[in-house]
Amino acid sequence: MSQHPSGNRDYWYTVPATHTPEHRRIDVPDPHESPSRTRRASTPEPSDGQVATFSSPESAAATAERRPTAEIATARSLLGTAWLRIRRSRIAVAALIVVALMVLFAILAPVLAAIEGSDPFTARTGPDFLDDFYTPGLPLSYYRFPSGEHWLGLEPGLGRDIFARMAYGARISLTIALLSTAVSVVLGTVLGAAAGYFGGKVDMAISRVMDLFLAFPHLLLVLSLTPIMQSRLRGTALDSGSLVPIASLVIILGFFGWAYLARVVRGQVLSIRQQEFVEAAQAYGASHRSIIFRQIIPNVMGVVLVYATMMIPTNITAEAALSFLGVGVKDPTPSWGQMLNAAQSGNWYLSDPWFLAVPAGALVITVLAFNLLGDAVRDALDPKSSRS
Amino acid sequence: MTGFLMRRFVAMIVLLFVISFVTFSLFQLGPADPAAAACGQECTPQRIAEARVALGMDKPFLTQYLTYMSGLLGSHMVGAPGAETLCSWPCLGKSFQTNEDVTTIIERALPYTLSMASGAIVLWTVAGVGLGLLAALRKGRFTDKLIVGAASVGVSLPIPVTGLLLLLLFVSTLKLLPFTTNEIASPFGAAGPGGWFLNYLLPWVALAVLFSTQYIRVTRSNMLETFGEDFMRTARSKGLSRRHIVFKHGARAGITPVVTMLGLDIGGLLGGAVLTEQIFSVPGVGFTAVHAAQAGDLPVTMAITMMAAFFIIVANVLVDIVYAVIDPRVRVA
Repeated sequence: MSQHPSGNRDYWYTVPATHTPEHRRIDVPDPHESPSRTRRASTPEPSDGQVATFSSPESAAATAERRPTAEIATARSLLGTAWLRIRRSRIAVAALIVVALMVLFAILAPVLAAIEGSDPFTARTGPDFLDDFYTPGLPLSYYRFPSGEHWLGLEPGLGRDIFARMAYGARISLTIALLSTAVSVVLGTVLGAAAGYFGGKVDMAISRVMDLFLAFPHLLLVLSLTPIMQSRLRGTALDSGSLVPIASLVIILGFFGWAYLARVVRGQVLSIRQQEFVEAAQAYGASHRSIIFRQIIPNVMGVVLVYATMMIPTNITAEAALSFLGVGVKDPTPSWGQMLNAAQSGNWYLSDPWFLAVPAGALVITVLAFNLLGDAVRDALDPKSSRS
Repeated sequence: MTGFLMRRFVAMIVLLFVISFVTFSLFQLGPADPAAAACGQECTPQRIAEARVALGMDKPFLTQYLTYMSGLLGSHMVGAPGAETLCSWPCLGKSFQTNEDVTTIIERALPYTLSMASGAIVLWTVAGVGLGLLAALRKGRFTDKLIVGAASVGVSLPIPVTGLLLLLLFVSTLKLLPFTTNEIASPFGAAGPGGWFLNYLLPWVALAVLFSTQYIRVTRSNMLETFGEDFMRTARSKGLSRRHIVFKHGARAGITPVVTMLGLDIGGLLGGAVLTEQIFSVPGVGFTAVHAAQAGDLPVTMAITMMAAFFIIVANVLVDIVYAVIDPRVRVA
C-alpha cells in the first residue's frame, strides 16, 4: 500500500474532512507505533492496488480542532510509513545502518584521512616503500597490508595510501550515484506524471520517447557518450579540478536512467487522475501545473521512493563499470571504479590481492546494503510487490 | 494473429529507423567536432577542413544521415574527393583509426561475442530457473532461504569484482584454468570444443552469477503465484502426480515471464558484454566498442550502438510473439 507525503496544502480544500473516503477508517492501534501518537489513521491494504489518499496532517489537525466530533485521522508521512515497516525487518535495519555509515564515511573522508595522517594523492616511490627488485612497484610486505601507519596499506606502482583513496573514492562514487539518481528521478517523475495526466498526444509523445530510451543499449551508449560529454564540458564553468568527469557521469547516467521510472509513474498516474480529489481540484479551478505538482506527484512519491532506492545501487555499479573501463573517473581522482581499474591494469591484483579487495569490498558491501534497503522499501511502500 | 504480427513488424521497422536517426544525431552533433576526432593528433585547421569534406560534414545534416543509411542498401564510395575508397555493402562507414570498413571490424568481433553469449545464456538459464523452482518448491525452508539469500548477494556483485576474483582464484592461485586467449573464436577452431569450453568457462560463470539471480527471483515468485491459482488446485484434486502438476501445469504458466526476460537478455548480450569481454580480454563487440570509445573512433561506436539497439528491438518483438504462442492465457486479437 502507499501513502503520500504530507505538505500538500491543497488538500485542505480538495478533500473536505466531512467527506471521509471509505478506505479511511479508524482501526485498532498499531502495536509498532509509539503510544504517544493517539490521533492516527491506519488503513487496510487497498485490495485493487489503488493508491490510498489522505489529507495532510496540518489540514486534518486543523479540521479536527474545529470539528472535534468528526472522525479524526492524520496521515503518517511517507518516510514515517517506510520507517515503521522497515524497522520490523532486522535485515532492512542492518542495511540502513550500513548505508548510513557509508555515507558518514564519505562525508568524513578528509577528517579520517587526516587522523590517519595521509592523503589520497601523495606518491611514495623508492626502495623505502616499494620493491624494486623481484616485482618492481609492489609495496614491501609491511606496506602491502593494513598497518597502524597506513590503515589499508599502500597502492602498488605509486605507493599512494589506499585507505585515503578508498575514503575519497567513496565521496566521488556516492556523489555521482546520488546526483544521477536525483536527475533521473526528477525527469522520470515529471515526465511520467505529465504523460499520465494529460494523456492523448502528450502521453503518446512522451511514451514513444520512453520506448526509445528503453530500447537503447544502456551501457554501450553511456560508454560512448561519456567521452563526448567530457569534451563538451571542457572549457565551461564546470571545468575545474576533477569536476568534468564527475559532472559528465552525473548528466549521462541521469539522462539515460529516467525512462523506466517514468513508465511506472505514468501507470500510477493513470489511476490517480480518476480519483475524486483530482476532479475536485479541477472543479476548483486549479491549474494543470498545480494539480500535477500538488495533487498527482505527492501521491506517486511512494513508488518514486521505491524506484529511487533501487536506482542508487544501479548507478553506483554503473559508475564503477565506466571508471573501470577507463572512460569515467580517471587517475589521479579516486573512485571505487577507478581503483578497480588500477587493480586490473598491470595485473596488480594478481600479486597484490589486497589492492583489489579494498575497492571490491567497499563496492559490494555498499551495493548490497542499498539493494537490501531497496527491497525493504519496496515491501513497505509498493502496493504491487508480492514477495512472500 | 497475422494482424498482430504485421502491426508489431511495422512498429519495429519504424522504431529501428527512429533509433538509427537518434543515434546518428547523438554521435554527429554530440562531439565538439567529429572532424577533429577523425584527423587525430597534430591537426592543422586545413586538415580539419579536409576531414570535414571527407566525412561529408559540409552537406546538410539530413543528407549526411541518408548517405549513411544508404550504405545498408549497397556499397558506395567514401572519403575525400579524389581519394575515395570503396566501402562495400553493408557499409557503416570507415574506422577513424584503421580506415577499415566498420562492418569488417564488427564481423571479426561477432564470433567472440556469440561464443560468450551462448554458453553464458545456457548456464544462467539452467541455474536460475532450476534454483528458482527449487526455492519455490521448498518455500520457507532452509533451502529456500539459502537460495534467496545467495541471489541477493549475487545481484550485488558487479561484473568487474566477480570477474577479477574468478581470475585471481581459478587462474592465478589454483591454476585450474588457462588465461582466456583471443585465439579461440568458436568451438570449431583449432583448439576444438574442449579448448573453447575451458577458454570461455570463466566469462560464462562471471555473467551467470549476475544474471541467474534475476531468474531465480522471477522464477520463484512466479511459480509461487502459479501454485496458488485455481487450475493448480483443480489439477491436484484430479489426483495428478506432484511432478505432473509442477512441470506440466505449473511450469508452463509460471515460466512465461522467464521467457520474456531471456529474450530481452539475449538481445542485450548480443550487443556485447562490455565488462566481461574487457576483463577476460575477449575481443568481441563490447571490447571493440570500449576501445573505439576510448580512442574517439565514432563510426565504430556508433555502428555498434545501432547494432545493439537493433538486437534489443528485434528481441522485444520476438518475445511478444513467443509469449503469445506459449502462454495459453494470452489471446491475441
